[in-house]
Amino acid sequence: MAKITFIQHDGKSQTIEAEKGLTVMEAAKKNMVPGIDAECGGACACATCHVYVDPAWTGVVGKPAEMEADMLDFAFDVRDESRLSCQIKVSDAIDGLVLRVPAKQF
Amino acid sequence: MTATETDTGPIETDCVIVGAGPCGLFAVFELGLLDIRAHLIDILDRPGGQCAELYPEKPIYDIPALPVVSGQGLVDALMEQIKPFEPTFHLGERVDALERLPDGRFRLRTDRDKEFVTKVIVIAAGGGSFTPKRPPLPGIEAFEGQSVFYSVRRMSDFEGRDILIVGGGDSALDWTLNLQPIARSLTLMHRRDEFRGAPHSVEKMRQLVASGAMKLVIGQMTGLEGENGELAKVHVKTKAGDETLVADRLMPFFGLTMKLGPLADWGLNLEENLIPVDTEKFETSEPGIFAIGDINTYPGKLKLILSGFHEAALMAQAANRVIYPDRKVVFQYTTSSSSLQKKLGVR
Repeated sequence: MAKITFIQHDGKSQTIEAEKGLTVMEAAKKNMVPGIDAECGGACACATCHVYVDPAWTGVVGKPAEMEADMLDFAFDVRDESRLSCQIKVSDAIDGLVLRVPAKQF
Repeated sequence: MTATETDTGPIETDCVIVGAGPCGLFAVFELGLLDIRAHLIDILDRPGGQCAELYPEKPIYDIPALPVVSGQGLVDALMEQIKPFEPTFHLGERVDALERLPDGRFRLRTDRDKEFVTKVIVIAAGGGSFTPKRPPLPGIEAFEGQSVFYSVRRMSDFEGRDILIVGGGDSALDWTLNLQPIARSLTLMHRRDEFRGAPHSVEKMRQLVASGAMKLVIGQMTGLEGENGELAKVHVKTKAGDETLVADRLMPFFGLTMKLGPLADWGLNLEENLIPVDTEKFETSEPGIFAIGDINTYPGKLKLILSGFHEAALMAQAANRVIYPDRKVVFQYTTSSSSLQKKLGVR
């Protein structure tokens, strides 16, 4: 299990216990985190699970791969710390991760 | 196999399938074995639905007997499989209206004013119709159709205008190259200096930028400014800071999303944007209208392509009874039935 905190656009925050092996998107859906739409179900094909990684964690989580960077073109207000949560795997390394959910998933 | 259009009134047929994704395509096969020819209508410009649009290159592992197949590979195989039944495709069209006629048949009309009169309708519309994503900029709705466009229907709308195109794929690049010669000014904006579009289009675009014929901005939109639907300026955020671009035409290309669309107004019972059906015939609350694939719901429903295939087979039996109420069908296997093999063009 890894603790992941989601901070909504309005500042509300929610910390979930994410099962190892899931993607962060799947863990968020399982715990009904608002604002993670994941229209395509995790195929890296829709950009509706867009999150901003807290600057303290960008080094741990890493940069998007090429396919994910292409898909981020379909997200709105993309920043340096943008990732698609379906492409981040839950592991011990990200225990304590803090993510911000954009105002809108497009 | 695209329909040849005549202006002689509605197309009369036994069956119209709304949606040309995997389930709609396989429905052609199951209906075809029962001698029912189908017309398919789809908003996309090619068959395949989500498989072709969202994940053509991505692998699918749960199609029976195919350990792995790509989205496009599955579509290609289905197209091959249904070839003997000569379906007619009406692509790039959305069904807008549906009504029951006094004789029990249905009249359908598309957004291109094409009309169909049919005995049976099969809704295989998946997650709904693909529609362009609308950037979440406050007030953008007011500009749509007048200054903000997601496609080009008339080139004259763009002649002599200050055009801003936003996006990094083929649509953005193609329209950049097509509209640049008729624009007063043209700016292409993308969030990064890397483009997903065809390399030769990227190269052409860069040549135009180098020659001063157009502008390239690396940035993102933050707001729109204008009055009475007439766009004047677009506020943008770039690495260097905030900027304002002069533009009276804007084309945002951020991909497609699925919306239920006009289907919601067809008078069918809906449950959370899905169409409830029975599990014997996969018929909706309206006799003669069936729903298969991701768009339907019933106890135990799984949104799997293989479930949609099963639904298509049972639906076809029920549709047959609507279309040919007096015909007796003997159940047959394609492996052994010479009459089915004849329909399939075997031998």
